[in-house]
Amino acid sequence: MPLLNTLPDYVLTTKTDELLNWMRKSSIWYMLFGLACCAIELMHTGGPRADLDRFGAVPRASARQSDLMIVAGTLTLKMALRTRLLYDQMPDPKYVIAMGSCASCGGLFQLAYSVCDGVDKILPVDVYVPGCPPRPEALTEGLLKLQEKIMTERWLVRSPNAKQVAAA
Amino acid sequence: MEALQILERVKSRFGDRVLEISEKKPDPFSVVDPGAIVEIGRFMNEDPELAMDCLSNESGVDYKDRIEVVYHLFSYQHRHGAVLKVKLPRDNPSVATLEGVWKSANWMEREIFDLLGVNFEGHSDMRRILMPEDWIGHPLRKDFVEPAQYHGISTVRESPIVRLDTKKK
Amino acid sequence: MYINFGVPLALTIIAVGFVALMLGLQSLLAPQNPYDRKLTPYECGEPPTGPAWINFNVRFYLIALIFVVFEVEIAFVYPIAAVYLDWVRSGRRLYALSEILIFLLILFVGLVYVWVKHDLEWIKKVPVED
Repeated sequence: MPLLNTLPDYVLTTKTDELLNWMRKSSIWYMLFGLACCAIELMHTGGPRADLDRFGAVPRASARQSDLMIVAGTLTLKMALRTRLLYDQMPDPKYVIAMGSCASCGGLFQLAYSVCDGVDKILPVDVYVPGCPPRPEALTEGLLKLQEKIMTERWLVRSPNAKQVAAA
Repeated sequence: MEALQILERVKSRFGDRVLEISEKKPDPFSVVDPGAIVEIGRFMNEDPELAMDCLSNESGVDYKDRIEVVYHLFSYQHRHGAVLKVKLPRDNPSVATLEGVWKSANWMEREIFDLLGVNFEGHSDMRRILMPEDWIGHPLRKDFVEPAQYHGISTVRESPIVRLDTKKK
Repeated sequence: MYINFGVPLALTIIAVGFVALMLGLQSLLAPQNPYDRKLTPYECGEPPTGPAWINFNVRFYLIALIFVVFEVEIAFVYPIAAVYLDWVRSGRRLYALSEILIFLLILFVGLVYVWVKHDLEWIKKVPVED
């Protein structure tokens, strides 16, 4: 039934793809997944000065209503299992931003016994935002990079590197 | 009351159950017999001159030959405090719980059990509080070895830095 | 007379059509990738425990029952209010008034019964039996 990955590469279909991508990138709803100190900077980025809402990104509390998961903060091994389940429960298409050094590689606490070194051990990450914590401007740049990435995706047009939805 | 006076008062009541009193600055402490800790705690809580109504901290320390449990007591009525210590052997450390005397000991003893492996007899809810429920081992012990993986997640991260000055084998 | 139904019909067609268009576009264009872990019930990340169906408190049924009775009463009073002025103008004011008052009185007795039996209170205070 879906038309994904079925249409030939004509200008109308690629323009439809671009339209869909533009619609998706202009309303990325992110899940509030602030775990530690980076959550403060995430709140600041959603606040008035460095506004994420002007890009159409509104915060959602539930995984079922969001298509971006900004992992902000240190991921412990206890939390890692729940994070994987929450990522699984997000509807497609879904994206992940690893915010801060703790989410990218374990950061300051890489040698600790309870820390999962980087969220990419359990999830596929699209954008890494370095910093401890990254400034709101840095996170905004990360979101813009993600928007550029979304614009390059091919959904309808039949192509070998069309965006394959991740199977379990 | 000064801390030393408090400990002297406890020693005068309990005699040889109080093993030693040390005048270390800033907190003089007293090492007590592990079997008598509940009685001493209850006395310090209920005695009107001491009135230690707050167990402000309870923590465990892992030395090479023993494990100590340290109790920091404080009195809101008289605004004085004292420190008690209990020395336990390293294999199978076990002491009676102070949950009946001060309710705050509940979670603090759960933390000591979780991270150091000290069993508290008579505790109503002896289970892990910080580490995951199915974690094996007690992380803050000196001989703790980190497991290689937890539920399939490896606990080691390769360094991405490639040194150019020494040849990598 | 039937032309009066034109506007609601147009609105119904627009509403149903809009929803059908959206759902149709979604089934064509949206990626659908259901797998086992995605379909588990959402419990903020914890593995789901326990059944999803729970027993409702009986109080809800009681309140709903009382509500239905008095809602039907209100539904019967509305047409009376619409034609009451015609009855007054044709001189049968007392007849109409007494009829509607008797109707309301019978249902008022029911309200008093429910009130006295403490069924309107959310938390019923039951007398302690010694």
